Amino acid sequence: MLDSYFPILILAGIAIVLALLLMTLSRILGPYRPNKHKLNPYESGMDPVGEARERYSISFYLVAMEFIVFDLEVVFIYPWAVRYLDLGLGTFISMMVFITILLIGLLYTLKKGTLDWDLKTNKI
Amino acid sequence: MIVYLFILLAVLAIGSALAMVINKNVVNSALFLVINMVSLAGIYLLLNAQFLAVIQILVYAGAIMVLFLFVIMLLNVEDEEKLFDKFRVKYFLAFILGAAVVGQIFYSIAGVTDMLPEISSNMAEIGTVEEAGDVLYTKYLLPFEMTAILLTAAVVGALMVAQYKIKKG
Repeated sequence: MLDSYFPILILAGIAIVLALLLMTLSRILGPYRPNKHKLNPYESGMDPVGEARERYSISFYLVAMEFIVFDLEVVFIYPWAVRYLDLGLGTFISMMVFITILLIGLLYTLKKGTLDWDLKTNKI
Repeated sequence: MIVYLFILLAVLAIGSALAMVINKNVVNSALFLVINMVSLAGIYLLLNAQFLAVIQILVYAGAIMVLFLFVIMLLNVEDEEKLFDKFRVKYFLAFILGAAVVGQIFYSIAGVTDMLPEISSNMAEIGTVEEAGDVLYTKYLLPFEMTAILLTAAVVGALMVAQYKIKKG
């Protein structure tokens, strides 16, 4: 059973080894003479101002929330897509009900202007 | 072979969890949590819970981590400061509670003789996508539909909280 996952293990192993190999090689072979100006983040020649992490608009968070909900919907659709031919029409209808409930939620948030990025019409 | 893989994944999970807690940079902690979740997915795979392993990577290492990083960016958390000097009693209580949990874990580990239980072919079938679908869309149909309402409530709730903040601010 687990033998079929062996190629994934090889792939992960090669990816990790390759990443470590490239990082160590560039560290060993490349010259590394840092100074204050080289390590500064580049902001079009200006001196950097403030932190790199600014506070973001809450609109991004709402988009992330939508993403999670539809990611979870996909998780429920996987087993259904594998089995819906065997389980018949009732399962198809129940999945459509599931999708419709989530669609109503999406339509509500669209109406409220979650995905509206224009500042003039953005109600958030 | 499986025992060595388990040891590798378990060490990776514990090491990344420790690194997550110890690290002072919040974003680095979040990235260590990704390593932790991926190694947990590997352990699920060793236990023949294949569907759960895929879900662990898709939902936890993907979607939940996106949410964590967004919360970090929204809150704009500074680097951690030492709290030891301020809350000495809290620190002491936390140490006792943590030690109790670790002791409980060691106590339950001590009772186990085999490293991994043998998985019969009957049990191995349960973790597949087909089996999960068969049970989910026949026996547990009502909880499945309830999940849709729960997810919709989550979205609407997040929207309400966001709009409330803006109106006040």
